[in-house]
Amino acid sequence: MIEFRTVTKQFPDGTIAVDALDLVIPARQTTVLVGSSGSGKTTILRMINRMVEKTSGAIEIDGEDIYGLNPVKLRRSIGYVMQNSGLLPHRKVIDNVTTVPVLNGVKKAEARAAALTLLDTVGLDRSLAERYPSQLSGGQQQRVGVARGLAADPNILLMDEPFGAVDPIVRAELQQELVRIQRDLGKTIVFVTHDIDEAFLLGDQVVLLEKGGRVAQAGTPAEILSKPANDFVASFIGADRGRRALRVEVVHGRNVVVDEDGRPTGVLQS
Amino acid sequence: MDLFLDGFAWIFDPAHLNGPGGVWVRIAEQLSYTFGAVAIAAVIAIPLGLWIGHTGRGRDVAVLTSGGLRALPSLGLLIIFALAIGIGFKAPLLAFVILAIPSLLSGAYAGVEAVDKRTVDAARAQGMTEWQVLTKVELPLGLPLLIGGIRSGVLQVVATATLAYFASGGALGVFINDGLKTRNYAELIGASLIVTVLALVLEGIFALLQRLFVPRGVTAGRVSEVRSRSVRPRAVVGNPIQEGK
Repeated sequence: MIEFRTVTKQFPDGTIAVDALDLVIPARQTTVLVGSSGSGKTTILRMINRMVEKTSGAIEIDGEDIYGLNPVKLRRSIGYVMQNSGLLPHRKVIDNVTTVPVLNGVKKAEARAAALTLLDTVGLDRSLAERYPSQLSGGQQQRVGVARGLAADPNILLMDEPFGAVDPIVRAELQQELVRIQRDLGKTIVFVTHDIDEAFLLGDQVVLLEKGGRVAQAGTPAEILSKPANDFVASFIGADRGRRALRVEVVHGRNVVVDEDGRPTGVLQS
Repeated sequence: MDLFLDGFAWIFDPAHLNGPGGVWVRIAEQLSYTFGAVAIAAVIAIPLGLWIGHTGRGRDVAVLTSGGLRALPSLGLLIIFALAIGIGFKAPLLAFVILAIPSLLSGAYAGVEAVDKRTVDAARAQGMTEWQVLTKVELPLGLPLLIGGIRSGVLQVVATATLAYFASGGALGVFINDGLKTRNYAELIGASLIVTVLALVLEGIFALLQRLFVPRGVTAGRVSEVRSRSVRPRAVVGNPIQEGK
């Protein structure tokens, strides 16, 4: 469990990115922070591994203040996946994946064997292990990024718009993959995105953020959809535009679900 | 053309080639200045440049200082040093160290600065210490530019080391000066040709080194045939869909 207690982040130029945030991120679930740019979602994420230092307040992981820990040690215990994979271009895929275990002193051969298993986990062929990142497609690089994030078997995995830079088809594939991985591993995942559909797809808990890192609403996707807390939330999730307002029409004796424009999106199974 | 032939003839005349004060000895002196000065400059400038590139601190000062140092006339500097510490090899060496510093300094910080900030950020977020970020990420990726700095430092010094004779410091300038004074143009051109050839050879060696030190992962890739497809099955509707970059 990760807990923010009245955490504020003010950048040196005076901007308050996060203002007195109170937030509980439950363990072994996926929590998605969603909001438009400037909502402080990445700042919140990066405060968890101290890549951004808080200005005031307290951040605890399982009851332990992370400011009592060495930042380097803290980061090695938390997986981090970023948008542009952030792989080291001069290291082979396998060496990228083993980065953190090797830093932690695991023997190279051991780390490599574990990394090959991880490539299976993220759906990459083992033959790619000896390639360099630049020899992979964007989607494959992101998979390597996820494998690297998982390599030290962290309890917490931070994902900063990890699928933002790949095309929609690959993104859908990666999202499904993440759902499957999470079902198997049950990590505490904190996922940042500006895509509400992605948030509803992946999140056990969705936290909708307004400017200044203020929580507009936090809850399960169903809670947010059924009861948007305010107009901002309603507009963000598309409820006001009727995107989420589905109706049922009977066609050939079956219940077809259509959106507000009457376009079919699926068939109700009775 | 005759002059060049005379120059070549002068170089390969055994009377000039061997013995103390011969061509070989002067070449050795020229190269000693070059590598000596660059080595000393490297010890000073490279750690400083890496630190500036890594922290981003002192960058403006470094740019200004190296610009200023570049503008200093080496001959003037050499004479001042000779007056201060006496003639011999020390004064020229010191002048050449100062000549080499700006190139090495800017090569080092430019190399580190040129590394993709997102790569550095990711390395730090994985839990690398600052030292590990520098040595395992910034240094290997910045190495080609750093070697480029050494390359231009070496070139400048090898060409300028002819000035050493002004402080009785030997090297190939001795022949050029001597040839000029005695109107022995064969000697003058012969010695100049040697300097030119030394510079070209060193340039070639460093160009090669610079290529060799580009990390493999950076040169590899972006070649379509080594790209493999994702091995996971995916829905194919109409045309097969390629994973895009």
